[in-house]
Amino acid sequence: MDDLLREFVTETNESLDVVDVELVRFEQDPNNAKILDNIFRLVHTIKGTCGFLGLPRLEALAHAAETLMGKFRDGAPATKEAVTVVLATIDRIKHILESLERDQREPDGADHDLIADLEHVVERLASPQAAAAAPLQTVGTLAPQVLERRLRPGEDSLDDLERAFRNTPVDPRPARPVKNEAAEVAAADDESVKNGSQSIRVTVDTIEKLMTMVSELVLTRNQLLEISRHHEESDFKTPLQRLSNVTAELQEGVMKTRMQPIGNAWQKFPRIVRDLCNELGKQIDLDMQGAGTELDRQVLDLIKDPLTHMVRNSADHGLETPAERRAAGKPEHGRIRLSAYHEGGYIIVQVADDGRGLDTERIKAKAIAQGLVSAAEAAKLSEAQIHKFIFAPGFSTVAKVTNVSGRGVGMDVVRTNIDQIGGAIDVKSVAGVGLSFTIKIPLTLAIVAALIVEAGGERFAIPQLSVIELVRARSGGEHRIERIKDMAVLRLREKLLPLARLSTLLGVNAGGADDIEGGYIVVTQVGSQIFGIVVDGVFDTEEIVVKPMSSKLRHIAMFSGNTILGDGAVIMIVDPNGVAQALGSTAATQMAAEEAALARPTDSAEPATSLLLFRAGSSQLKAVPLSLITRLEEIDARKIELSNGRHMVQYRGQLMPLISLQDDGKVKSEGAQPLLVFADGARTMALVVDEIVDIVEERLDIQVAGNGGGVLGSAIIKGQATEVIDVGHFLPLAFEDWFRRKEQPGRLKPRAVLLIDDSPFFRNMLTPVLQAAGYAVTSVGSGQEALALIRDGGQFDVAITDIDMPEMDGFEFAEAVRNDALMAGLPVIALSSVVSAEALERGRQVGFHDYVAKFDRQGLIAALKEQTDLGRAA
Amino acid sequence: MTSENTSRNTKEYVTAVIGGQLFGLPILRVQDVFMPEHSTRVPLAPPEIAGVLNLRGRIVTLIDMRYRIGLPPREDASPAMAIGVESRGESFGLLIDNVGEVLELDEAGREPNPINLDPRLARMSLGIHRLDGQLLMLIDVERVLDIGTTAIAA
Repeated sequence: MDDLLREFVTETNESLDVVDVELVRFEQDPNNAKILDNIFRLVHTIKGTCGFLGLPRLEALAHAAETLMGKFRDGAPATKEAVTVVLATIDRIKHILESLERDQREPDGADHDLIADLEHVVERLASPQAAAAAPLQTVGTLAPQVLERRLRPGEDSLDDLERAFRNTPVDPRPARPVKNEAAEVAAADDESVKNGSQSIRVTVDTIEKLMTMVSELVLTRNQLLEISRHHEESDFKTPLQRLSNVTAELQEGVMKTRMQPIGNAWQKFPRIVRDLCNELGKQIDLDMQGAGTELDRQVLDLIKDPLTHMVRNSADHGLETPAERRAAGKPEHGRIRLSAYHEGGYIIVQVADDGRGLDTERIKAKAIAQGLVSAAEAAKLSEAQIHKFIFAPGFSTVAKVTNVSGRGVGMDVVRTNIDQIGGAIDVKSVAGVGLSFTIKIPLTLAIVAALIVEAGGERFAIPQLSVIELVRARSGGEHRIERIKDMAVLRLREKLLPLARLSTLLGVNAGGADDIEGGYIVVTQVGSQIFGIVVDGVFDTEEIVVKPMSSKLRHIAMFSGNTILGDGAVIMIVDPNGVAQALGSTAATQMAAEEAALARPTDSAEPATSLLLFRAGSSQLKAVPLSLITRLEEIDARKIELSNGRHMVQYRGQLMPLISLQDDGKVKSEGAQPLLVFADGARTMALVVDEIVDIVEERLDIQVAGNGGGVLGSAIIKGQATEVIDVGHFLPLAFEDWFRRKEQPGRLKPRAVLLIDDSPFFRNMLTPVLQAAGYAVTSVGSGQEALALIRDGGQFDVAITDIDMPEMDGFEFAEAVRNDALMAGLPVIALSSVVSAEALERGRQVGFHDYVAKFDRQGLIAALKEQTDLGRAA
Repeated sequence: MTSENTSRNTKEYVTAVIGGQLFGLPILRVQDVFMPEHSTRVPLAPPEIAGVLNLRGRIVTLIDMRYRIGLPPREDASPAMAIGVESRGESFGLLIDNVGEVLELDEAGREPNPINLDPRLARMSLGIHRLDGQLLMLIDVERVLDIGTTAIAA
């Protein structure tokens, strides 16, 4: 009986969770018979099982609820009142189940109140219908029948038939739509083979134990492999190999059993939000993305409550009432957005709303009142720093404690829970626009492949997931390390990657000298940021069991955990995110830009651009986007030759023209001459500069347009007015045929490209690049302009569009193109500074033919070539 | 009867010597005593953390007790000992100079900290027992492990 009861409780709880969600859906979509059928079936099953197990309270409740839902099926409107009563009933059933689980019996008490409510609703729903149904009920006396002829043997009189009909017990429910059921059965057939009959329930403990055993097995296997490495010819080799394979498969299998979609934790949210809407008189849309993202069930359990708390918070404090929202010029419906995705071995979960955001002043006041910070210190803190106080213990800013949240257990509890699993939480808030929490959870307890490296005499593991490649840096080699001021960069295939020495970052640089040459460079990617981690040595890759850092060490951002190696030693796992942050230009700023773009679609937040600052010709600072520069060179000025009235230098077996920014076009004749090398295909040219000053990350905001002559305009960079150089102006100076050379014989006319970008800077920057690649370029500043141009008969082979634009963004533009018969065939290439998985997916949906990072010139040219060649071939 | 009563009022302590001073840890808190071998130092860690090591498949965080109570690092090369304790599901090893015998001490003999005790020590002390010729300080394990908060307060 015990087992039966336990199973009943588990199963019923699961069913009730589904009913919760389905009911909320049903309320919004009352005509969906399928949802209703599903709810009805679940409640019916609960009722049936209760009767079987002798649980009268539950049975009575389920019965009353079933009756009401029967009315819905008969076509009664699903009023809010009716649904609320049913939901209340489900809550009561859950409550009873809880005590049932605890005490093995139904708790004392009665449910007359709820049952009365339910019956009351049933009556009310029935009454208007009863009138219509009355003739069918045939209550009353029958008109006496006059037979036209005598009954033959075997015939019944109409009266008898009528009586028989009336006396037959009838199922008041209409027959289920047969077709639906057949389809369901067919669909269920497949599933039942996999899930239904062949699935068993296993306690979490069993799986946890299994997982621990497998982790130990992996460690032991690693130790064995380590030993066998020292014995060249060993009989153990073959069986060991087999053991290794089996272990790997076993590990994978066990990992799978632990994984669950995060949607399981979100299941309750629609109901919670619905109830809050009613309670608070707000209108809230709940948007859930990435519900299928799988994560460790242990982790899932631990973030369930924090997430619930955050959703409640958003609904209660974050979102305004419809009246307030109207007044603020926002749509009446507030929005809570939940999203989840994998990133670099982490799971990122976001809870965002478009409400009023955090009240910075109130948080500041409260932080001062609680003695967390002095008034003087508080004045110096940035908004973001002040917002972080909401995670301090016992911190709750809500003046009035509501029923919903604000009971004192606030974000500090959320933070504690997330800390426990070695995660991190961050908050971003824009007053009046919205609030978003980002939770980053590592895959603790998971087994990952890692690269074992050496730095400062110690070994460290770098998760393989974020490693792109390994490069050996040698002086004079193909990959060279250069220095710009104090920053070391690696030139790797036309890209400059910032470098950081691991031993220096970790403060274990025994040698003292920051000698990067001769080390190995682990090229690492975090989000869209790529950089090199310089290590002293590389051992091999190993499957490691990630063990969470000790709570005393968890604050060290450089490490995400530790692990036991095959030889029994404990080593630290380097967190590439921490390294990226230490490198300065953080992934966080990019995330912020992405969020800002999401929160305010009309405000195109331009992300920071890496700019190279230099002096040339005058003492004024000049800047050029770093991504446009292929290389930085320093040559001996004596090597500069004059040929055909132009300055040239022999460079990599070719003559490279030099362009001076001096008015008189003169160049140095002695000493070291720094050059900025620009390359496009086989052609290279160099700008002669006096001094390379720095590399900065700034949002490029050209405030004063230039007057041509190689200057795009002036911008304030690091507090100084700086001229932004127009590279496009100098390219043709170096090669007069720069624009023409691609026009090979046989080509009729250059392919026409329509370039759409709201930023004049990018239009100006890309136009010459594309022209140089042999395209005829028309550039416009908005999607509307572009559409108008095409509708007016403009002929284009391909369109390139920016994503983040005011009014009409790139996605909308692509959709408009696709939905217009006139231009449906036009390939559209998206150009974005933000290349996230989410954006890529959306891009595919709206029909982008390709997606290119904003500064990836080579990628863009390749994509253009592909799209236009396809067009020609077709 | 009397002997039973006293046995109820006594507690067992594992004793340890750190810099010549005798300390006592409640025996119920002590998991094991081991020689810390092949420990890995953790870059960027607080100075109290001497490193981490693998003890039969568990990762143990080593706490340098000498640093914790404000003593200079050990000079002689003889290997240190560690007392293994557990706190909130994590394993820690308290690095000490020498481990002593297990003592059964009468609760009645426990005296409060002298007021002139180094505040660093006083924070971690549960009281003093007077033994033959020397004093034994009772260590509050949770306070010893309370490294994060002291770091923030400092």
